[in-house]
Amino acid sequence: MSTTLPDDRRYSREHEWVRVEGSVAVIGITSFAADELGDIVYVELPELGAKLAQFSSFGVVESVKAVSDLFAPVSGDVAEVNDDLRASPELLNSDPFGAGWIAKVTLTDAAEMEQLLDAAAYAELTAG
Amino acid sequence: MSYSPHTAADRERMLAAIGVGSVDDLFADIPAAVRATRFELPAPLVEQEVRAELARLAGQNRIPQVSFLGAGVYRHLVPSVVSEVIGRAEFSTSYTPYQPEVSQGTLQSIYEFQSLICELTGMEVATASHYDGATATAEAALMACRLTRRHRVAISTAVNPQMRRVLATYCAGPGIEIVEVAADLAEGGTGLTSAATAAGALSDECACLIVQQPNLFGGIEPMAELADAAHAAGALMVAVVEPTSLALLAAPGSYGADIVAAEGQPLGIPASYGGPYVGLMAARMESVRQMPGRLVGATRDGQGRKGYVLTLQAREQHIRREKAASNICTNQALCALAAATFLSAVGPEGLRELADLSSVQARHVASAIEAAGLGERRFSAPYFAEVAIRIPDASRRHAAMAERGIVAGYPLERDYPELADTLLLAATELTTDADIEALVEGLESTR
Repeated sequence: MSTTLPDDRRYSREHEWVRVEGSVAVIGITSFAADELGDIVYVELPELGAKLAQFSSFGVVESVKAVSDLFAPVSGDVAEVNDDLRASPELLNSDPFGAGWIAKVTLTDAAEMEQLLDAAAYAELTAG
Repeated sequence: MSYSPHTAADRERMLAAIGVGSVDDLFADIPAAVRATRFELPAPLVEQEVRAELARLAGQNRIPQVSFLGAGVYRHLVPSVVSEVIGRAEFSTSYTPYQPEVSQGTLQSIYEFQSLICELTGMEVATASHYDGATATAEAALMACRLTRRHRVAISTAVNPQMRRVLATYCAGPGIEIVEVAADLAEGGTGLTSAATAAGALSDECACLIVQQPNLFGGIEPMAELADAAHAAGALMVAVVEPTSLALLAAPGSYGADIVAAEGQPLGIPASYGGPYVGLMAARMESVRQMPGRLVGATRDGQGRKGYVLTLQAREQHIRREKAASNICTNQALCALAAATFLSAVGPEGLRELADLSSVQARHVASAIEAAGLGERRFSAPYFAEVAIRIPDASRRHAAMAERGIVAGYPLERDYPELADTLLLAATELTTDADIEALVEGLESTR
C-alpha cells in the first residue's frame, strides 16, 4: 500500500490526508482508513462555514461494520464539502485520495502542516 | 426469606480482588449528607395480606360510569385479540432483539408496526416506537434541531400543554429556546393556529414549527398553510397527530410534514393514569439518520430468505453513547404490538368507522348541550371528535358531576386562564346516546 501513497500531501495519525492548494486545504481519509472501515455507506459532512480545530472531530463516516469520527488534520473554515458523497459514499472506498475528498477548508494556520506526517512516515505508521 | 446471590466469602473475595476494604467504601464518593442511612420499609406481609392491601388501594380508584374526558387520551374499544396477542410469552417476555437469529418474530412484529404507522401518516419511515406521545414530540423537536443545526423551536399554544411541558424539560438541557405561537383563543375566535401568526413568530433561527392536528381543542388546523409558513422560514414542519383521526383527515405526508409525532394510546391501549402508552414517530427517509431510537429493517439473508434486523444502529446509544441521536429515549415494544394488532384487527374501514362515529357523537354532544340552552361552542372552527363548550360555572358543575360518576370532560381553565368556564368534551365510538343524555341531565341538575 505504501507504494500508492501520494506524496503531494500530508497525513495525520488519525488517517486523514490534507493537500494544500494555495490558501485552501483539501481533506480526505486515507486508503488505509477506508480499507479498515470496509464498505462505507454514509458520510456526515460538516456544515459550510463551520470552524474546524486541528485534531477535533468534524464529521462521521459509517461503514457496514463500523462508525468513526472524522478528525480535522488542520484548523480552518469549511469552504466547500463534497456533495457527491451524499449519494455516493462509496467514493471513499473507490477513490479515497481523489474523487472521495471530503471537505475544503481555508487554512488558518499553515504551520500546522508541520505537525503532520509525510507519505513515507505515514506509510511506516500503517505498515506496522 | 432472604435472597442473596453472594455469600460473605464471595463478597470478601470480590472486595480483595478490586482492592476495596468494605462495601461501604464503594460509596465513598457519595456525600454523607445525601446518603440513605435507613430505609423505613413496612413489615413484610403474607400473600393474603398483600392481596387485601392491593384491593384496598384499587378501591380508591373512581371509575366513572360516564366519561367525556379526552385531552390527549381516549377511550376506545380494545378488541380481545389485542390482549391475546400481547399476552403471548413470546412477546411479553422478550428482550430487545439485538440478535436477529433468535428474534425474527419480535423483529417482524416491529417492522409491521412501523409499516402501519407509515401507511397511516403517509410518511416514509417510522421508528419502532417511543415512550409516549409527549416524549416523541420532544424528540421530534430535537431531531429538527439536529437536521437544521438551529437551536430554537416554535410551537402552537394549541398543542397539548402536557406535551409542551415535556418539550420544555427536554429543551432545558441543550439550551434550546421555545417560541410560542399563540392560537386564536379570543371571544368568537377560531381556536386555531393561523399561518400568519406562525409566520410572524418564525425566524431563520427556528428549527421547526410544531402544530397539533386536531389541536387540543379538537380544532382542525390549516396544516398545509402552516407547513408552507414553516418551510418559508427554512424550518421543518412537525405534525403532532391523533392516530384515529388520520382515517378521516389528510395524512401528514400529503401536506408537507417533515416529522410526525403522536400519542399511540388510542390504538388498542386502555386509558389509564400514567400509562403505559406508546409514542409514534415518522419522518422522511432523507432524515432517517437523525431519527432517535430503534428502527427495524427488512433484508435478505445469505440464502435469499426475507429477514428482519435492527438497522442504522450507529444512531443509537448502545453503539456511540456520546454521539447518539438520543440518549434519553426508549421504545414500547409491547404497546407498539398492541397498536399493530389493533390496526390489523379493525383494518382501514374499521378505523374509518371508528373515526366517523367518534366525530358524529362529538357533534351530538355539542348540539345536545346547545339545544338545552346549557352552553355554547367556544370556538368557531370545524372540529374532529372533541369540542370546547362554554358552560357557566363550569368548574363547580364539573366537580359536582364527578361526584356522581360523570366526568364532564376537561376544564380548560386549568391550563388556559382565558378559557374560564370552558369544558373540553371528547367523544369516541364508545360514547352512547345514553351517555350524552346523562351529561345533559347532569348539567341541568347542577345549574
